Amino acid sequence: MSILEYNGAAIIAMTGKNCVGIACDTRLGAQAQTVSCDFRKVFQFNKSFVGLAGLATDVQTMNNLLTFRKNLYELREEREMTPRVLSNLLSNLLYEKRFGPYFIEPVVAGLDENNEPFLSGMDLIGAPVYTDDFVVSGTATGNMYGMCETLYKKDMEVEELFETLSQALLASVDRDALSGWGATVHIVTKDGVISRELKARMD
Amino acid sequence: MDTVFGVEYEGGVILAADQSNARSILTYQSNLDKITKLSPSSALAVSGPNADLVNFSEYISKNLAIYQLSNDGLQLSTHAQANYCRGELATALRKGPYQVNCLLGGYDASSGKGSLYWMDYFAALSKVNYGCQGYASSFCLSIMDRDWKEGLDQDQAVAIVDKCIKELSLRFLMNQPNFIIKVIDKDGVKTLKFGSDPADT
Repeated sequence: MSILEYNGAAIIAMTGKNCVGIACDTRLGAQAQTVSCDFRKVFQFNKSFVGLAGLATDVQTMNNLLTFRKNLYELREEREMTPRVLSNLLSNLLYEKRFGPYFIEPVVAGLDENNEPFLSGMDLIGAPVYTDDFVVSGTATGNMYGMCETLYKKDMEVEELFETLSQALLASVDRDALSGWGATVHIVTKDGVISRELKARMD
Repeated sequence: MDTVFGVEYEGGVILAADQSNARSILTYQSNLDKITKLSPSSALAVSGPNADLVNFSEYISKNLAIYQLSNDGLQLSTHAQANYCRGELATALRKGPYQVNCLLGGYDASSGKGSLYWMDYFAALSKVNYGCQGYASSFCLSIMDRDWKEGLDQDQAVAIVDKCIKELSLRFLMNQPNFIIKVIDKDGVKTLKFGSDPADT
């Protein structure tokens, strides 16, 4: 089993009309055993969200590092970090460890300074990809790509985006042993963030 | 091969660990205390090679002691101690890892509640209501899943722990005759019972 699949994770981020959504499962496992059902993998940084899939220890380490760097940035620059900057920072932090990487595959989603949706995904050494529809990461990527490709439409409103994101995630994790056991969805609009827990199969 | 588990209840935490110190076909010791007191209201139950077990738990407890001395008696909350532990383990991971899986249990007077934290040797940290490390998990987690509920009292929690120990003695391949059980609550860290006195040299 690959080290990226040790703890299990599933993350999807999608764009909508003037909004973005990001969803993750909440399982923490040690290979086949489930340790916890409330291990969140999506973290908020003002109007951006970072979803971290992969080895749980590195998810927590990277969250701490990003929080530290974001705080430092805000103290020095006296402004908020835009999602593009956050994504670039994350990419650089990962490439610094090119020959001894953090075992995470992150996803960044947020609204930029003009409240335009922003999405990016990257691999464990920080190679970014910028899309305008959806990004996925985790142990069920095959399932998630299929679900997203089928269900996604451009310019969905908040409620429809929420429904699409939820159904895509739930269907994907139900066919994956290592992810699931609960799910959380966040939708970011210019007026704020709506977060909901999904009622998921706890198996 | 170590068995370490813990249960949180209303007003505290119980930690239990087997007392054997063994390698290959030899048992060096059968009265080892694997639950180290970290602060007046928290303890760390550790499983792993004896060297890492002792080194890591002593390192953490002494650093917490020096924090208290340097900061005018300020005690860290259980959450803070757990995150400190995680940080040290995570830093050591890519230098010279400690192969320790642990359960940190503590009581916070400010909330009147106990909290239990599960941490594996990769330094993944999770707050749990009950947890096991090692092979014990295959036997004990389902018992805890069934019997644990919100608002248990100490006797009920001890009953769950005893049930787990009984199951292990019945079905687990390794013979672990001695278990040490510690309770962390408003009165501090106390040994509830042990199979063999750790103080016997």
